[in-house]
Amino acid sequence: MPPIRPLHLAAEIGGPPRYEPEHYTALARLAEQGALDFVTLGDSFARPGPDALAVLSRVAPATRRIGLVPTVTTTHTEPFHVSSAVATLDWVSRGRAGWQADVSTTGAEARLFGRRPAAPAAELWREAGEVADVGARLWDSWEDDAEIRDTATGRFVDRDKLHYVDFEGATFRVRGPAIVPRPPQGRPVVVIDGTAEPARQTAARHADVVLVRATTPERTARIRDDVRRRAEAHGRHPDTLRVLAALTVDLGDAESAPEPGLASGPPLAAHGTYYRGGPVDLADLIGRWHRAGAVDGFHLTPITPGRDLERIVNGTVALLQHRSLFRTFHPGGTLREHLGLARPANRYARDHVLRGERA
Amino acid sequence: MTTAPKQLHLAAHFPGVNNTTVWADPRSGSQIDFSSFEHLARTAERGLFDFFFLAEGLRLREHNGLIHDLDVVGRPESLTVLNALAAVTDRLGLAATVNATFNEPFELARRLATLDHLSEGRAGWNVVTSSDAFTGENFRRGGYLDRAARYTRAAEFVATARELWDSWTPDGTPRPFAHHGEHFSVEGEFTLPRCPQGHPVVIQAGDSAEGREFAASAADVIFTRHGTLEAGRAFYVDVKGRLAKYGREPDELKIMPGVGFVLGDTDAEAREKAAALRLQQVSPQNAMLALEQVWGRDLSSYDPDGPLPEADPVPDSELVQGRVRLGDPLAVAARWRALSRQKGLSIRQTVIEATTRQSFVGSPGTVAAELAEFVAAGAADGFILVPNLTPGGLDDFVDRVVPLLQERGVFRSAYTGSTLRSHLGLAEPVWKG
Ligand SMILES: Cc1cc2nc3c(=O)[nH]c(=O)nc-3n(C[C@H](O)[C@H](O)[C@H](O)COP(=O)(O)O)c2cc1C
Repeated sequence: MPPIRPLHLAAEIGGPPRYEPEHYTALARLAEQGALDFVTLGDSFARPGPDALAVLSRVAPATRRIGLVPTVTTTHTEPFHVSSAVATLDWVSRGRAGWQADVSTTGAEARLFGRRPAAPAAELWREAGEVADVGARLWDSWEDDAEIRDTATGRFVDRDKLHYVDFEGATFRVRGPAIVPRPPQGRPVVVIDGTAEPARQTAARHADVVLVRATTPERTARIRDDVRRRAEAHGRHPDTLRVLAALTVDLGDAESAPEPGLASGPPLAAHGTYYRGGPVDLADLIGRWHRAGAVDGFHLTPITPGRDLERIVNGTVALLQHRSLFRTFHPGGTLREHLGLARPANRYARDHVLRGERA
Repeated sequence: MTTAPKQLHLAAHFPGVNNTTVWADPRSGSQIDFSSFEHLARTAERGLFDFFFLAEGLRLREHNGLIHDLDVVGRPESLTVLNALAAVTDRLGLAATVNATFNEPFELARRLATLDHLSEGRAGWNVVTSSDAFTGENFRRGGYLDRAARYTRAAEFVATARELWDSWTPDGTPRPFAHHGEHFSVEGEFTLPRCPQGHPVVIQAGDSAEGREFAASAADVIFTRHGTLEAGRAFYVDVKGRLAKYGREPDELKIMPGVGFVLGDTDAEAREKAAALRLQQVSPQNAMLALEQVWGRDLSSYDPDGPLPEADPVPDSELVQGRVRLGDPLAVAARWRALSRQKGLSIRQTVIEATTRQSFVGSPGTVAAELAEFVAAGAADGFILVPNLTPGGLDDFVDRVVPLLQERGVFRSAYTGSTLRSHLGLAEPVWKG
């Protein structure tokens, strides 16, 4: 049996739209008390609510350790703006930013922009992959030590450490370099829901964290293996990926489960797997799936954020901690550190070294 | 009868990417760490400023095909920083420069409305149009629009944003939205209720006739470079005179020049500091750069301590990218030559003389008096202060000048409202349902 990997936990803090920052700050702080790896905030142009990345920027100075992962869609937003905004979230949170990439497939969303018609998901996910790709290149386009402040020569930056990315995708080009210096994490964490094709292909190639919605540990493990295999085919080491099972949870009023666990049947909700029961049974389920090696962790979406997140943190997480299945504090400061992911080397700096070696 | 003196407005420009920020000073901190933004914003709020202001650049500047490496480079994305600053300030207005040429109305209106909600009515938007074709290489739109088209796009952009901000009913019900115009076609439903201050404050920066007209028709504040008394008055009269045809009163548009300042214990000490500062800002390398910017040619063989070149400028040079050129190169060169001849100045000395913008230099008492005088004389409604140090460059001003302005009765001694509009004395826009 493979050694048990550390368990990772994340929670969604969106729900019915709210426009007061205190609401989101309170939820993020609660998740932080539970030492969760990160919170997500879903977003789309198609329904009421504030801009998710903005909300989590507002939350950043009011929290200290928790990772902050807004959804940013790539279909109608300029790739250059996506990369700048996510890098900036990493700066203002001092290394706690991630980004859940998503696409806008509907005609309703397209009509809000009036620039391009709706397109098939496969095309848009290919483009999202290109946006993730150019984003990573832009984040690397400043080497970490590009800023030199050399008073002798009067130079603030070493321009040899700033790089044009000259990216040509199917639908856009970006010249670069970024205007935002390389963020604290090198590259903020990329999260993609890889349950369905064609998002899975993009996730295997570009994501650091892949969310999977499946009803049994076996099905989840199968998808996890598939994602890891595909990642390897793209030249990645599969251990640079974290696969989290995504569950919608309704912890209701019960202390224990009226409907025990998920293993018994198909999902009850349209959006992924739905768990209804008590916090203790949820802890059991998490422990069981994780022990089975099916997942690296869980991404929980509380049906009612205020109520259910409180139960997750003070019930489920507390129990997992008591059983020594989950950490009791954040040993590191950045989201990558929480996830056990290394800070990526800069691809351009590597070129640099290679050139130097050859010379 | 005595009338109360005219009140002045103050805003703080974050000193980042521009050629006045002195990074070689040992007190110069990070231009990118959040702590720098937090320090400057908290200082501005301690000084009861109207707003904190961030500029924007969407491409690193280039010179002669190479990334320009002499000034501060690199900045975070403005709206994201301002949302974070909303968590560590309570009253301060938060204004972002965001380009209207390389954005789309639905998305930007949403991001601005979000800032207004999350800051409870403190958002401002400086609408710029980009003066440079090469910025487009980072965007789908690519390329460029000529000046007139950039401004018609900007005007339609702002109008569309205002329609979006008005699209929910005051009781918070979303309503279907449609705008079909020359530049934009937007149809659907906006995602946020009406903003706490009705609409975020709209600021304009751009100086052509098209820019001034756009400001007169749509802006709440103008950010200008006309910082001297004479130029300020001329600009003030020109712009305020354009308002009537849009059915607007003169005080519905505030004119705020961006100005530097240097403080000393005495006027003489401040003047000495200012001279030393200009030498730091215009290093020999920067002097040659400024010269090439006007001449549009490679002048690397010239000596910054020697005389100006004999050859004439190249008017349509692509040598400099990402900077607003200083005007018609032939005319500028003629002026610089005359200046240099007249006073016997080297290249570097000429650049220092010719490019020193209005700065308020003196003891705190002198500076407070001059600021008040500019406003009383109708050269400005207030100022966007451009400190030359990050992040401590505003400390002295707030500690030493603000109290004197308050004593003179020309600046508030407490915030009287909580929104940026209320600080500026601007009415909330009427809901156009
Ligand atoms: C005081 C002032 C500040 C400006 N700040 C910015 C800025 O931060 N970012 C930017 O892209 N353009 C900036 N601009 C450029 C203008 O938006 C505009 O594109 C440029 O001035 C050309 O328009 P014009 O011919 O009407 O002046 C600024 C212009 C002025 C006058």
